[in-house]
Amino acid sequence: MNIPYTVEERPDTGLYNAKLGVWLFLASEVMLFGGLFSAYIFLRFGAPAGAFHEWGQELNVPLATFNTMILITSSVTMVMSWASLKLNDFKKFKLYMGVTLLCALVFLFIKYLEYTAKFDHHIYPSTNTFYAIYFTLTGLHGLHIIGGMAVLFYLWLPGNKMWNSDPEQFTNRIEIVGLYWHFVDLVWIFLFPILYLL
Amino acid sequence: MSNDHNHHEESFFRKYIWSTDHKIIGIQYGFTALFFLLVGFSLMMVMRWQLAYPETRIPFVGSIFGDDGILLPEIYNSLGAMHGTIMIFLGIVPLAVGAFGNYLVPLQIGAPDMAFPKLNAASYWSYLVGGLVMMSSFFTEEGAARSGWTSYPPLADIEVGQTIWLIGMIFLITSSLLGSMNIITTIVQLRAPGLTWMRLPFFVWAQLVTSFLLVLAFPPLEAAAVLQLMDRVVGTSFFLPSGLVVSGELMEVSGGGSPLLWQHLFWFLAHPEVYVLILPAMGIVSEVIANNSRKPLWGYNSLVFATIFLGFMSFIVWAHHMFLTGMGTAMSAFFQTTTMIISIPSVIILSALFISLWGASIRFNTPMLFALAFLPMFGIGGLTGLPLGLAAADIYLHDTYYVIGHFHYVVAPGTIFGLFAGIYYWYPKITGRKMNESLGKLHFWPSLLFMNGIFMPMFIQGLAGVSRRLWDGGLEYAHASGVFHWNEFMSISAWLLGLAQIPFILNVFYSIFRGEKVDNNPWESTTLEWSAPSPPLPHVNFETLPTVYRDPYEYSLPGRNRDFTPQSEPKKNK
Amino acid sequence: MSNSHDSSDIKNHIKVYLYVFGALAILTVLTVAASYLKLSDGEAILLALIIASVKGSLVAGYFMHLISERAMIVWILMLTSGFFFVLMLIPMLSYIDQARLG
Ligand code: HEM
Ligand SMILES: [Cu+2]
Repeated sequence: MNIPYTVEERPDTGLYNAKLGVWLFLASEVMLFGGLFSAYIFLRFGAPAGAFHEWGQELNVPLATFNTMILITSSVTMVMSWASLKLNDFKKFKLYMGVTLLCALVFLFIKYLEYTAKFDHHIYPSTNTFYAIYFTLTGLHGLHIIGGMAVLFYLWLPGNKMWNSDPEQFTNRIEIVGLYWHFVDLVWIFLFPILYLL
Repeated sequence: MSNDHNHHEESFFRKYIWSTDHKIIGIQYGFTALFFLLVGFSLMMVMRWQLAYPETRIPFVGSIFGDDGILLPEIYNSLGAMHGTIMIFLGIVPLAVGAFGNYLVPLQIGAPDMAFPKLNAASYWSYLVGGLVMMSSFFTEEGAARSGWTSYPPLADIEVGQTIWLIGMIFLITSSLLGSMNIITTIVQLRAPGLTWMRLPFFVWAQLVTSFLLVLAFPPLEAAAVLQLMDRVVGTSFFLPSGLVVSGELMEVSGGGSPLLWQHLFWFLAHPEVYVLILPAMGIVSEVIANNSRKPLWGYNSLVFATIFLGFMSFIVWAHHMFLTGMGTAMSAFFQTTTMIISIPSVIILSALFISLWGASIRFNTPMLFALAFLPMFGIGGLTGLPLGLAAADIYLHDTYYVIGHFHYVVAPGTIFGLFAGIYYWYPKITGRKMNESLGKLHFWPSLLFMNGIFMPMFIQGLAGVSRRLWDGGLEYAHASGVFHWNEFMSISAWLLGLAQIPFILNVFYSIFRGEKVDNNPWESTTLEWSAPSPPLPHVNFETLPTVYRDPYEYSLPGRNRDFTPQSEPKKNK
Repeated sequence: MSNSHDSSDIKNHIKVYLYVFGALAILTVLTVAASYLKLSDGEAILLALIIASVKGSLVAGYFMHLISERAMIVWILMLTSGFFFVLMLIPMLSYIDQARLG
């Protein structure tokens, strides 16, 4: 069985199937986080004036800034690994992908430090609505990182044999997970100010 | 190509159970969804006993509900919540989108399969797991969820059974998301050569818009489900206000949340969801009507644009479910306006279908009867929606049986009749045999009669002010005393409706073996699925992938030697 | 986008990626710096959201190649962002509207 346009582009839409598929998935992700952002706004309005800002003071801004940088770096290395494949440089691809994964690990480790610091101060999701939404948003974002890492890892090591058998499809796959990875970065770009700074 | 697939015969398991063939997955969806529809309906038949004869022993199944066989209020609530959940999320959506969408979309656009066959299988299995999780809640010590299919907090945050409901919902939402992304990609990418947008059968358009609704509206409910799960499991208060008092006692909650937040997120999905329920049925009905009236659909373009507009508008009407939440006047005015506007495309669609019948020599076979009955039934449902969309009337009617009557007219004799029409119509494609016509009519006429017997009196009760979730059917309320006697009538209708489904069930199984054998195109139809063998070839569908040369409904065009011209028939050079 | 790039094209892209990376880093510092300004709540929120949106557009436009993406994708995303704003705004507006009643 051959499904058309799995690798090559359909002339009139200019897309291969997975490209459209992943964008639809990202569209649904936008709405998923949209629901949570909407909840954030609603709860912020419902809280006493200034309370959200005040409750947020407990968060560690330097760590989060560092984490933002880490995630941005991982986004660059991600897109570089794709570009390396385009340049037929498989070694560089593996290098950049490795760095991306490393960044993801560092990000999660710092998140872990932040969480435990909160728990040590007896701050939990049930403490108030700010922390409720804080833990939910960052937790869900963290799950997205973990899911992304699993796929990246697969393509980095066990799945990279495809580069020899079907380089074009492999490059497409890297592009697809790349899109997802950048999206996760993009979500963080918004989470950072609304949770840590405002 | 036709020999290709014979080289490696697949094992039984790979072929029928763990399959990636859209036709097998469609059939799996179909049978699972029909089974759940039956389960959901059975729950309601039990509840109707309690409503007709409050606090008497339920015949046959009473012993399940305790020694005295009486349906207790808690259980009544569980059955009600699960009835709604099962019918909508486990029955109609999987049948309309999972089964019909899966089976027919690739065939109607001339594709060998869905764009992502593995994802397609994943979508079915996620649905099945979600369904089993939901069912399992009946067998837990706490019992199933009791807070209505809408799961409003604070009740849903504190009432038992809800956690499993939420976990089940997360599986079901995931399933729908995967399925609908797949359908969109398939329609955009895998259309046969020559099948331009305005040559798509209307059913494909309906599925496309439906899938967009699912992709964009379901995620916020998933978010809301996560929040409610957090409330229940880790003690957050997204939906619980400070100072919440339950049964006269102050609840210990961290507070600061808002029940209204849930309602916004829920209805952001659930209004588009009602169009998810109706659009595929409209698509099916259009195909059946075009075929059996032997005429091109009247106003194909306006049907398409009305559907797109409907999908678009359905995202900005949701708060008409919330008029009674103390909403401000500006918002209320906004939502009344959008609700009135959204009824325009519905009217356009319905009118176009009615006009399509004008002057036609109609073939009154079973699929056509169901399709024809759909029109006035949907009409009643839609018209009774209008007073609900006006706050002044809705303040009185909200949460009464009138609302139940309204939406059941759209989904039960509406959508479900549409789905029945589809089953009778495409059965020959799936099995190579027609369903039995006499049994079909024996199914149709009583169903039509008893559907109205159940739902019409609901308007009477609702207008009298009877609330929708009363365990005793209104027995203890003075204002309900004048209309209480209708309960028995409605309940008997419901049980008879149950009986009326027996010919259908028999017919489905009987016709697999004994139905009249037919060729590939028994209804003399124009769309592509009928140019494939019956059943279509595993994994490739068509002997050679078709090319499209014409519009979808070229019926009875003057100067042709037959009264239909298939889409895949080349135009002759003059 | 299989055949549309040759390698000099890609090398140009790589340069752009590095610029974008620089811009994102600077903007991150700016966001943090802005939070130390003495601004009213509304101004602070507006400023932070503007900076975040610029950063987001850079990521979406360049890393995700949206800037040269096919019309179909762009349409889908415009539709999505439309509904995204509806989802943000309407609950908020209805909150305000309700609060106005007192
Ligand atoms: C055509 C125009 C329609 C209008 C103006 C309309 C209007 C409304 C309104 C205002 C309500 C809220 C009533 C209340 O709770 O007080 C409502 C409820 C409902 N409608 Fe419609 N509706 C229409 C069509 C449909 C369709 C096509 C469907 C489904 C296929 C549908 C399904 C429902 C459902 C399921 C509910 C009740 C939800 C619940 O509270 O449990 N409606 N409708
Ligand atoms: Cu509605």
